Amino acid sequence: MSRTEILTGNQAAAEGAKLCHIQVVSAYPITPQTSLTEYLSQAIESGQLKAEYVRVESEHSALSVCIAASSVGARAFTSTSSHGLLYMHEQLHWAAGSRLPIVMCCVNRGVGAPWSIFNDQQDSISQRDTGWIQIYCRDNQEIIDTLIQAYRIAELVKIPVMVCYDGFVLSHTMMPVEIPDAETVDAFLPPYHAHTILSPEDPRNINPVTFPWRRADQDGVMCDGYMELRYKLQTALEAAGETIAAVGRDFAERFGRDHGGLLWRYRTEDADVILTGMGSIATEATMAVDALREQGIAAGVVGLRVYRPFPKAAVREAFRDARAVLVMEKDISYGYEGALCSDLKAAFYGTEISAPIHNVVAGLGGRDVKARELAEVTREILDRIAAGQPEGPTTWLNCRTDTLTE
Amino acid sequence: MHEVIWHGRGGQGVVLAAQILAESAYMQGFKGVTSAPTFGPERRGAPLTASTKISETPIRTFAQIEYADIAVVLDPSLLKVINILGSLRPGGLIVVNTPLKAEDAGIDGGHPVAVVDGAGIAFRHHLIKEGAPMVNTPLLGAFARAANLVFLEYIEKGLKWKLSSTVLANNLSALRDAYEATRGPGLEN
Repeated sequence: MSRTEILTGNQAAAEGAKLCHIQVVSAYPITPQTSLTEYLSQAIESGQLKAEYVRVESEHSALSVCIAASSVGARAFTSTSSHGLLYMHEQLHWAAGSRLPIVMCCVNRGVGAPWSIFNDQQDSISQRDTGWIQIYCRDNQEIIDTLIQAYRIAELVKIPVMVCYDGFVLSHTMMPVEIPDAETVDAFLPPYHAHTILSPEDPRNINPVTFPWRRADQDGVMCDGYMELRYKLQTALEAAGETIAAVGRDFAERFGRDHGGLLWRYRTEDADVILTGMGSIATEATMAVDALREQGIAAGVVGLRVYRPFPKAAVREAFRDARAVLVMEKDISYGYEGALCSDLKAAFYGTEISAPIHNVVAGLGGRDVKARELAEVTREILDRIAAGQPEGPTTWLNCRTDTLTE
Repeated sequence: MHEVIWHGRGGQGVVLAAQILAESAYMQGFKGVTSAPTFGPERRGAPLTASTKISETPIRTFAQIEYADIAVVLDPSLLKVINILGSLRPGGLIVVNTPLKAEDAGIDGGHPVAVVDGAGIAFRHHLIKEGAPMVNTPLLGAFARAANLVFLEYIEKGLKWKLSSTVLANNLSALRDAYEATRGPGLEN
């Protein structure tokens, strides 16, 4: 029987990881991820979770341990935030290039300098191009459910998955979470069978130096070169979108909760204005939409769950009838605009979608994002659009640009 | 949605009280509950807040409380330090741990004020940690009485869920004692 408990996001993630029978955990503590690894450490120490907890001196080593564990056929888990994720950067590429189905939680936090322990999504967005699947969660129920889906997805497509959720806003906020029963999870997620198992009985050379040209291996078999292997990762990621959606549908059938697969919609049926974003900011936007509708503005929300692979076809469909789009995000590609905004514009290129698209950067370094503010900025931008301004500079929500110090 | 803000100091069990209230409300049948600490680092003795949101429907906002419906003050010295009324909506209830009468608690602005001698009750029921009275359970009792939102029997269930059996009996008796001793608008007896 499933049971409902009042859990923080980090507790929900730990419960999910336990249900997935993870076999190796290696992580290094960093706020706001720390309590997640503490819960797993306690579960292993008490015997509740039969797994190996490998203590390391850094996040780089934590992911290296997971890569090694996954290479010998174990289901591996790690989690981190912010600078910890950035310190993993090299190994992120290594895990994806090795096509290892590692799952990690990124508990989203801003990046220094200056120091911030608080939430935004600059950490995971800045790791966009490492070849990992990235899924963003809107509440704590979605965290536990996504984690369970993540191992299934990762092991089907042989690509590591980053389950991202907002630090403090979700990681430290308690709310009701239904914990699925173990048998249903076991039926949904079969044991991990590695595509390549490194063992002393069957020695292999994994990830040797590749050359710009293709070469035969020691048995004389012609092998893919570097470029072919990169192409295979790219095509696998592109194809992974369908797997993610299918896994989401299967999950919904078995567990009764449909998180939308690649994206979810709220009150979009007749919406002229669509607010979009990833994670808790999209949840907050649903409250803003309720307020806007009371004021006669037909607004809706499209919440992006999956950021990589970017769900191009799904967003084209979801935004087809939009007459204005507001992209609300907790990151910035310095010198340009929010990363999600750029990606959405690129997805719309060459289609019938010609709605004005406005970018709102919000909540950097933990600045609180309120539904009231999202509704207000929507009305302001709609006024600008009505005044004939189809495109505007990126709006920095609730940022005191008028009193900046020298 | 009912928004409750808890004011106390690091080490007073402020976050725990906010959690127990959320759990109790859920057991009473509220579908939407959240509880959150002040986001960020905590220091023993420093002023901090925690929040509980309670709703008939699932909650879709995780923003910090702007104006609470109810404020609970575990440490009355904070009334002089923190602008507690600044984050309380006009006419919002304030529940204070103080041996004083409500009208002597020094709270302006026309807010209904409920008071309970939480520290005295904590001492009587041996709720003492490192020499200091643990007033979070008495204030939960005062909340149940003054707010009429989450009922005493569900807060008892919340305590049973959260606390270890070694401390449960004293907490339950302190809870009930505080519930009876709470004084405020409509509670004179």
